[in-house]
Amino acid sequence: MKKHWYDYLWIASLLYLLLGFFNILFAWLGLLCFFIPLVFSVARGSKGYCNRYCGRGQLFGLLGGGFGLSRRKNVPQWMKSHYFRYGFLAFFLIMFFLMLWNTYLVFAGAQDLKQTVTLLWSFRLPWNWAYQGTLFHPGVAQFAFGFYSIMLTSTILGLITMLLFKPRSWCVYCPMGTMTQLICKARRGNRA
Amino acid sequence: MALKGKKRCVAVVDQKTCVACGCCVKVCPCQAIRIVQGVVAQIAGEACVGCGRCAQECPASVIELREVQA
Ligand code: SF4
Ligand code: SF4
Ligand code: SF4
Repeated sequence: MKKHWYDYLWIASLLYLLLGFFNILFAWLGLLCFFIPLVFSVARGSKGYCNRYCGRGQLFGLLGGGFGLSRRKNVPQWMKSHYFRYGFLAFFLIMFFLMLWNTYLVFAGAQDLKQTVTLLWSFRLPWNWAYQGTLFHPGVAQFAFGFYSIMLTSTILGLITMLLFKPRSWCVYCPMGTMTQLICKARRGNRA
Repeated sequence: MALKGKKRCVAVVDQKTCVACGCCVKVCPCQAIRIVQGVVAQIAGEACVGCGRCAQECPASVIELREVQA
């Protein structure tokens, strides 16, 4: 099958993760993976981002498929249930807003900047090498640390389910995938 | 079982659990699959040759090959 430029977006995803090791402020670029899917679903009622442009999905597909790092087993039944998918989305959104709240506190001067990356919402890793202070307010960096934590955490979860199940198992419970599908469902419902 | 006429395989999606990721679309050699309104994958039975690639690829394993009357 013919390859298109967008079939190489996995390189961008990989680069994104690497850049965060050098300068945390690059984490802001991750907002693209947040807004582009939303724009597709809200404006066009499609999962065009997932279906074509998502580099993260491609990366899992490549590592698990091409490199054969996946057991290629079916995901367990509960993982594709609506309870789990919507529950995970809700949990993810709550953690996202907590991250925004922490950013706000730093902006407001009520809290100091924490130069850490939190994995799986629990393990704090020191990450101070990726931040040397900038022209910007510490709040800008706090958001970057928070957002990068989310991106790294979801990559780790995705890698684990890639190993255990099918290469792109992450797509079954990916909060962005679930959220955009829900938006599309709502749009279809409204039109019908 | 008595065979009446020819049978062939086509892929069928479980619409309730499809996550509309589009992984199946990418691997179908016959362009038989599309994602309808970002909600669910739909397979055009007449275009499908029953190769099973989509079923293998689907991360949610919600595609099944079924025998139908040709
Ligand atoms: S479900 Fe998530 S990881 Fe998969 S293609 Fe969509 S946005 Fe990317
Ligand atoms: S790969 Fe599976 S879950 Fe994804 S769109 Fe196709 S049928 Fe649906
Ligand atoms: S079985 Fe083969 S031809 Fe039929 S929809 Fe799946 S990938 Fe396409």
